[in-house]
Amino acid sequence: MDALASLLGGFAVVLTPLNLVLMFTGIVLGVIIGVLPGLGGANGVAILLPLTFAMSPTSAIIMLSCIYWGALFGGAITSILFNIPGEPWSVATTFDGYPMAQQGRANEALTGAFTSSFVGALAGVIVITFLAPVVARFALRFGPAEFFAVQFLTFASFIGMGRGSPFKTLASMCLGFALASVGLDTVTGQLRMTFGITDLLTGFKFLTAVIGLFGLGEILSSMEAGLAFSGTDARLNLGSVFETWKKLPQYWMTSLRSCAIGCWMGITPGGATPASFMSYGLAKRFGKEGYKLGTGQLEGVVAAETAAHAAGTAALLPMITLGIPGSPTAAVLLGGLLIWGLQPGPLLFVEQKEFVWGLIASMYLGNLAGFIIVLSCVPLFAAILRVPFSIIAPTIMVVCAVGAYTVNNAMFDIRLVLVFGAVGYVFNKLSYPLAPLVLALVLGDMAESSFRQAMLLSQGSLSIFWSNALVGSIVTLGIILLIWPLLAWLFERPWVVKPAIQLSGSRGGER
Amino acid sequence: MKNLAWIVVVAGVLVVSPVSAQKWQPTRPVTLVVPAATGGGADQMARFIQGIVTKHNLMSRPLVVVNKAGGAGAEGFLDLKASRGDPHKLIITLSNLFTTPLATGTPFNWKDLTPVSMLALDQFVLWVNAASPYQTAGAYLNAVKAGNDRAFSMGGTGSKQEDQIITAALERLTGGKKFTYVPFAGGGAVAVQLVGAHVNSTVNNPIEAVAQWKAGNLRPLCVFDSKRSTYTAKVTTTMAWSDIPTCKEAGVNLEYQMLRGIFMSPGATPDQVAFYVDLLSKVVQTPDWKEFMAQGAFNQTGMTGPAFRKWLEGAEKLHVDLMKEAGFLAK
Repeated sequence: MDALASLLGGFAVVLTPLNLVLMFTGIVLGVIIGVLPGLGGANGVAILLPLTFAMSPTSAIIMLSCIYWGALFGGAITSILFNIPGEPWSVATTFDGYPMAQQGRANEALTGAFTSSFVGALAGVIVITFLAPVVARFALRFGPAEFFAVQFLTFASFIGMGRGSPFKTLASMCLGFALASVGLDTVTGQLRMTFGITDLLTGFKFLTAVIGLFGLGEILSSMEAGLAFSGTDARLNLGSVFETWKKLPQYWMTSLRSCAIGCWMGITPGGATPASFMSYGLAKRFGKEGYKLGTGQLEGVVAAETAAHAAGTAALLPMITLGIPGSPTAAVLLGGLLIWGLQPGPLLFVEQKEFVWGLIASMYLGNLAGFIIVLSCVPLFAAILRVPFSIIAPTIMVVCAVGAYTVNNAMFDIRLVLVFGAVGYVFNKLSYPLAPLVLALVLGDMAESSFRQAMLLSQGSLSIFWSNALVGSIVTLGIILLIWPLLAWLFERPWVVKPAIQLSGSRGGER
Repeated sequence: MKNLAWIVVVAGVLVVSPVSAQKWQPTRPVTLVVPAATGGGADQMARFIQGIVTKHNLMSRPLVVVNKAGGAGAEGFLDLKASRGDPHKLIITLSNLFTTPLATGTPFNWKDLTPVSMLALDQFVLWVNAASPYQTAGAYLNAVKAGNDRAFSMGGTGSKQEDQIITAALERLTGGKKFTYVPFAGGGAVAVQLVGAHVNSTVNNPIEAVAQWKAGNLRPLCVFDSKRSTYTAKVTTTMAWSDIPTCKEAGVNLEYQMLRGIFMSPGATPDQVAFYVDLLSKVVQTPDWKEFMAQGAFNQTGMTGPAFRKWLEGAEKLHVDLMKEAGFLAK
């Protein structure tokens, strides 16, 4: 149990008053950053990075990683309350979290989200603590073909689960792919579909799309429905936290599955966003009451948040051991390591024991501190819904506009948000699902370049996707998931009861 | 009237002269644009500079780093080009200063900006997996020459940028046999792909691959420079950067380095340029910077003024030649 002894040493490093203050500051800043759409964990950490220049590397990484944990927690808040995912990995949280808030169960959704986040993070840290050397080697087996296989699996686990017309799902997804391909094509180095417009050089950013489609679109719909938020009758005391906790154990299977997906996606590194989508997709298909997902089920929130946080945490492992970032925020932290004079890579564990174990210990403590802080604020967050619509809606609009501007420092993005807002509203009206569009926008780019890299390596032969056991089994699994509805129909399995509840889904549940 | 005019001029000189004797100073926060994504080499250096400026209190106004990575950096360069006469905007460059306009046809040239100083030159090293049988660059290229066309793969950052340009230049020496060039998003990912043996070789910058080299996963074959590196401290148990032969020594006559320099917006006055030249020279003199340079085995050549301009002209010509030969120029 070398790891345990080292971990205890790590706790000794972290538990100094200064580090604890930095940890607390980091968490609070992180929650704020996570709540504000546009700022995002990566930007927040990047902005604060130079400030840490004068600190010891251990203190610096404690503060910055705590900002990251805080942002992971904070991302859930706006997703649940206003249907605005502050971070890409919170999109899947909106699917059930927002309908729950509309039904007056905001506190239950928030508690569920925070608790699942914590469980996911714990799973991630435990993996890092005890399996670091083993999993680091596993990550090396991921070449372009394997990456594509994982992305394919994400799409496959998500497709076919949308209610309503599959053609609408397909149309929405294709629009997402089209938007994702705007900008520089990384494989040929050519600009695509920019039509000579400078503003389009950057392509369509996830955040502008999401702020518009989800946030603004939702406000437009709310305005039409009567200038008020539904769900204002949420109970505002900590008792609801304990009540929610009583309900959570029944979702242990979903939780376990989501932890596994999250850790795996964080390490490979697929990232928190695909992890949350994949986990949600699988919960919908194999969950306890999966067919109800999307109508405001706690299980949906558990699936998305557990996986996102497990992946977000596990993503630090390839960063430390291999020097490859598993997420944009990890990329910035990686830059930080270099600035502090540390070299991320296989030897960090050997040469900088104190730093590494201090970081790992801070993951335990930071997540625990963050969990306690956000949980005690649940009634506060839920109370936001009681603020009159006429005050909160304009505030959200302003925050959205600022957020959109922050992404690229460009006015163009604000106009884009308005356009996306209108699109989101129309999609709602015509009951086109938005989730496939967003998923394609986030993953389309990555999946495309992985596929083309794999094709370059194999000289255009598809056999590369079955060239070894790892990639072969992932691709095969993806194909099985893709045709699962067909198989289920063929064999009429008793547990795939066609849900009667299908038609009663709320509007918010459509995505 | 003439007298009055004289008085006005004299009075003006009297009022102005004490001010103009004082050097130009920024009056607003200074933006340092990074024409690349967060976390990459240019971004790291920019944030490092920001850290040094803050830590040593080198400027009265804050330095703010902004990433404008769109279109292989075209977004950042076009932003600077459009900020004529704004002395509070700087940009840090990588090779995309030359490659992006050439490959994408973006209406931009380095002459649209005001060169300030060259901070360093980033080296390129030919790497193979430590488990591969090739001990020298010559042996590796011979194997490529003897193998099937496209049998060997080269991983690199981006497309039609520095890594692929070097690859194309290497193909002049392989008897018509091409590499399969596979573009990845970032240098760190490229190094890991090589460790995982998904590609046969890379031309990573030292800082991108050093950790894996240290851990015994990669083997450097040669450095694309006319002289060996000046860093003699041991990186692995047996080798220092200075122990890596130049490609020329290894029989591969190819030289390529990447500019790490600072430019400012067009239309800057000599006073303003002088301020930033002075600021950057202070940055470069700090011990923090020296350590950073050693870590990434940078070639610490610094230049300003006419010498820098002359170097830029040469570098531009080199890029046009290499890219024309490789067929990378935008149609």
